[in-house]
Parts: sequence; structure tokens; C-alpha cells
Amino acid sequence: MSVSALELTPRYPREKQILMLLNGDEAVAYATKQSYVDVVAAYPITPQTIIVEKFSEFVANGEVHTEFIPIESEHSAMSACIGAAAAGARAFTSTCSQGLALMVETLYIASGLRLPIVMAVTNRALSAPINIHGDHSDAYLMRDSGWIMLFVENVQEAYDTTIQAFKIAEHPEIQLPVSVHLDGFFLSHTMENLYVLPDEAVYEFLGGPRKPIKVKVDYFDEEVEYTLNPAKPLSMGMLAFYDYYFEIKTQQVETMKHAEKVIVEVNEEWYKLTGRRYGDGLVDAYAVDDADIVIVIMGSSASTVRSVVKKFRERGVKVGVLRVRSFRPFPRKTIAKLLKDVKLVAVLDRAVSPGSMGALYLDVISSLYTEKERPIVINYIYGLGGRDLSPPLVFKLVEELSEDLQKGFVPEERLTRYLGVRE
Amino acid sequence: MVLIEIRWHGRGGQGVWTASNLVAVAAAYGGKYVQSFPAFGPERSGAPVLSFTRISDEPIEVHSMIYEPDIIVILDYTLLSPKIVEGLKPGGVIVSNYAGDVSFVFEKLGIKRGDYRVLLVPASKLALEILRIRATNTAMIGGLLKLDYVVKLENVEKAIRERFSGPLAEKNIVLVKRAMEETIEV
Amino acid sequence: MSLKSWREIPIGGLGFKLSTEIKTGEWRALRPIIDQNKCTKCLICWLFCPEPAIMWDGVKVEVDYDYCKGCGICAHECPVKAISMVPESGGE
Repeated sequence: MSVSALELTPRYPREKQILMLLNGDEAVAYATKQSYVDVVAAYPITPQTIIVEKFSEFVANGEVHTEFIPIESEHSAMSACIGAAAAGARAFTSTCSQGLALMVETLYIASGLRLPIVMAVTNRALSAPINIHGDHSDAYLMRDSGWIMLFVENVQEAYDTTIQAFKIAEHPEIQLPVSVHLDGFFLSHTMENLYVLPDEAVYEFLGGPRKPIKVKVDYFDEEVEYTLNPAKPLSMGMLAFYDYYFEIKTQQVETMKHAEKVIVEVNEEWYKLTGRRYGDGLVDAYAVDDADIVIVIMGSSASTVRSVVKKFRERGVKVGVLRVRSFRPFPRKTIAKLLKDVKLVAVLDRAVSPGSMGALYLDVISSLYTEKERPIVINYIYGLGGRDLSPPLVFKLVEELSEDLQKGFVPEERLTRYLGVRE
Repeated sequence: MVLIEIRWHGRGGQGVWTASNLVAVAAAYGGKYVQSFPAFGPERSGAPVLSFTRISDEPIEVHSMIYEPDIIVILDYTLLSPKIVEGLKPGGVIVSNYAGDVSFVFEKLGIKRGDYRVLLVPASKLALEILRIRATNTAMIGGLLKLDYVVKLENVEKAIRERFSGPLAEKNIVLVKRAMEETIEV
Repeated sequence: MSLKSWREIPIGGLGFKLSTEIKTGEWRALRPIIDQNKCTKCLICWLFCPEPAIMWDGVKVEVDYDYCKGCGICAHECPVKAISMVPESGGE
């Protein structure tokens, strides 16, 4: 939770914001309500259901102008959002777990067509076995889909980031879909103190309704809007053979690299507006500068880790926590810079890749690969299926890492460990 | 830093989660930092449900279950068992819905007098009388209010008026006040 | 026409030619011929044509040979058998 010292007064300091007691899902729904969304097409799945229920109440009460489509499946939900966004609408949906898995084919299409759709994912475990609780396995399955993926730590950040997501997605230099990830139950169903902006502040921050970008095609003399408009016809979703697919994909990948800069900028703009920011927007580092041991983690459990790290710091143990906020684009340079002088790093993954290491771990070590001096990096799998990461477990973790640091060497078979499973 | 952790026990449909939310909202209006969340088993009526409240003077930096609550609130006396007291801090508080023979409570919980503070609320009786249904959650908040350090009555009233509409809100407030008065410490 | 680099193409795989510039009629192996004497102008062929490559100007039903791919659905559906499919001249 980064509320940094203010150098200047924000446009809407806390006194001008409104205290609401909402859970993560309600906060996302409220943020979406304020974001002047044109189309919401969503299918219910625990623990996202509250987002859609709450939003449908706003629609029923006439509080939003949004066209709400009670769609028949998640695959259709994303397809509807794609159609809406292609027509120029600001579109939003939400899902997780099996629903997200069902949606996968359309996720690649949304990003390939460069449509700025925003989706809230209430991270939930994938079956089998069936589990309704929070872990990151569903998020990891959209890793390569070309979506910008932001992981939030608490309810306030869920609200803030949902609004920011529209701005990042619709940035003229980006035009990529963005997903906001909040841990199922740990955040979706958890009520916390939340400060919301007045409606006009959000509207202004987003610059009003969505403004589609302009494109230039050979058969029109002037640029036209990148929307399906019979008056200025464009062909979207074409077949591209081996003569052009590679170029179209390269364009997408190069844009994703540029997204790091935009995420940082939007984080700073939000700070000037509200007095809140989350690290540099990409990562949120606590006590990392002089740390011997750093724990790298995403999502709600970062709070728990940080509270325990603070206690160890009081005892003089040089441990820090690095929360990754932007999983895609993965901030390789930032991570390398922050971790290269650390002696021991533990990367906590809340999902598995059977046959290989955790996805976050792989991204972290590949970021460090080109450094001359590198820390020992250990992969911990934790919290699967909503298994709680409790403060005592984190205490155990830090003590174990301190022991490893003392020894100065970790054998190969001890590079992957489980945290919180009954062995 | 003063942190109060409350664990609520009830059955699906009794408003266990709402109770935790109302107390959290009331505490937040009193200037505290709060957290409120449920833990369900199978999502069906009648299944045991837990909810949790954290109330703190400082921002709450943990997203984890509550293992050592300061207070346990039991909405349904059929849930009384030694297991329900697990983790309760020594000298902690038990607030239970019960209107009968006091020794029954100690027996069912497997505790001795003096282990913990025990408050009993005739919640079912009062809820039936005032609301005409056995929705014990707001009555139990009344019992909780007997401890003056958790939340203030006026903030609870504010939270209830936001959550329920018109006459229902007022009935619930009457219920809370009655429960407060009729709660006994044993 | 040389192929463009990824920096030159428009966003999202947008078609940079008008779709109408691609004459799908060139794909045809069989060509529909409408016998105007038999045609009752019921417009069932016009409704069914998937392209659409049947044109109705209020007076005559005609095939748009620029885009007709020769699928034969119009001939199949015509209730008075006014349409016949003949091999495209010079083609296999």
C-alpha cells in the first residue's frame, strides 16, 4: 500500500474524496459506473458475480447509460465486447477461472484487433478439482494473449486501477486490451476502506467518452476512425497469410513494450489527481534498496508479506518485498535493476506450470540473466485453490530464507519449494 | 496499534456476512480502518458460514484469515461446540445467541468460567418479536455493542439505515437497542 | 507491389485494400445464367445468395459476375428453374 509523501497538493485530496465501504467486486463495479462505459456484456461466475450484479443495479436504476447484455457465455461475452469495441464503444466485461478459460480464443482476437477492452478478473483456481477460491492459475493462462495485465493488492487499488485501465487501453499509442486482476475472495469479497472520486473527476481523467483512434488506409484520402462504420468502411478481422501475420504480430509486440511507459505515466497522473500511486506503476518495492533477501510476489498476499517484513526489519533483518503490479508487460529492466545486488530472492507463484517452474519465477530469472552478479533465486509455490498465506507462514518463510542466506548456497533440488502444503 | 479481530459463526441465510459488514461500516464511520469478509463452505442455506471483521487504528496490511480472534460471535446456538472456540485469545470474548440455561453454554463449548468473557443475547426471541423472523444478525450486533470498545451505537444506526430501507431499518435499530439492553454477561 | 514492413501497415491487421477490389468472381468454375423469360422476379435467388452477387434494380434480376463465386445455390433454389449453371468458358 503505497501512499507516498506529497510534494504538491493533489487536485482531489482525500477531503474531496468520498469514503465508501465496498468490497473489491463492488469497487470495480463502481469504478466501471464512473468510467462512462458504453457496453457491458458479462456472464456470472463466483467470485466475480457481485461485479455484474452491482453493475446491473446501476443499469436498472438508470444511473448509467450503458447497454447491458446478459450474455449466454463468457466466450460470447468477449465476442460481444469485441463487436462493441470494433464499433467504437467503450466495453467492459469480467470473469475468471473456467469462464476465462472458455474465453481464451477471443482474448487473442481482442488484442490482435487492437481493441481497448477492459476486463476485471477475480483470480480463481482452475478445475480440476473444482475450486472457487483465489489463486493465479486463471491469470497465468492469459499470459501470452497480448493483454496488459495489472495485479492489484487491495480494494482501493482495484478501484483506482479499473479507472486507469480505460486510460491505458485507449491511449493512442497503445490500443491494447487491459485486464485488472484482483484475488478471488481475498479481495473480491473483502470490504475495506475505499476513497472514491466524484463522478466528474473520473470523467475528466478519462477525457470523457472513448475517442477511437484514426487510421490511414490506401483507399481513403484522409484518416478515418478505427471503427466499423458503413459510411467509411474498413475490414477488421481479416485473414493474414504467412506474408503478413508475422508483421501484424510484431506490431502488437512492439506496442506492448511501449505500454510500460504509459503505465508509469498514468500512475503519475493518478498521483497528481488523488495523492495515490502504486510504486512506479510497474512494481511496488518496499525496503528493497539495501536488502539481502527480497520476496517477489503479486496480488493481495503482498500485504501480508509486507507486514511480516516490517517486523523483521524492526529486528534488524535486511529483508524487503517487491510486489509486481504489471505482469504484462513484464518490467524486465526495473526488476533486474532492483534485484541484481540482492543476495537471495524468493519468488512466490500462486499457480503452477507442471513440468517447469512458476511463471513469475521464470520472468524474474530471465530478467536477471544478463547481469554479471546475480542473486540466488528460489521459487515457492503457495496459496493454490485459496490456501491462505498466513502471517505465521510468512514468518517461517523469512526464517528459512535467512538460514539459506547463512549457508550461501542452495542445492538444485531445493530451488523449488512449496509454502503451506501438507507434505 | 489497536487491532480487534472478530469471527462470526452462523448458518447460510442468517446474515452472518451482513453482520460483519455492518460492524465494519460502523467502525469505519468511527474513523477506523476495517476489513470484512466471509468464508463459505458449500454455498447453500443452512450450511455453516463464517465471516470476519478486522478493526484497526492503522491501515490493515494483511489479506489472510483470522486465526486468533479477540471476539467470537455465534448467531446460531446449534453451532455451539468446543471447536467453535478454536483460536480465541485467552481472556477473549464470546457473544452467543442463547436464552436458556447458562451452564448449557459452558458445557457445549467445553470451557470453564473465567477462561473467557461470555455474553449471552436472547437474539432469536427478540428477532421473532420485532422482525417476526429469526434473523438474528442485527440482534447479535446489539450484543456486541455491550462491549463499548468495538463500535458506537450511532455509527451502527447509520450503517443500518444505509443497508436497509425505511421501516425495516428502524425495526432493526429497535432490535439492536433491545438486544443491547437484554444482553447478559455470565 | 512490394510487401510492407510492420511499421508501415495500419493497426490490427486492417485490410489496406477495399474488399471490393478483390474480385471473387475470378474464383468461379460454374457460372449462373438467368433466363429472363422464365424469371418471375420472386427474388428467392437474391435472398439466398451468400455473397451477395444477385442484383435487383426494381426491373431485372441480374448476376454480379465480378463477385459471383458460382456456388449454385441460386439455381438450386429457383422455383421455376430459370437459372442454369454452365461451365466458365476457358476454365477448369
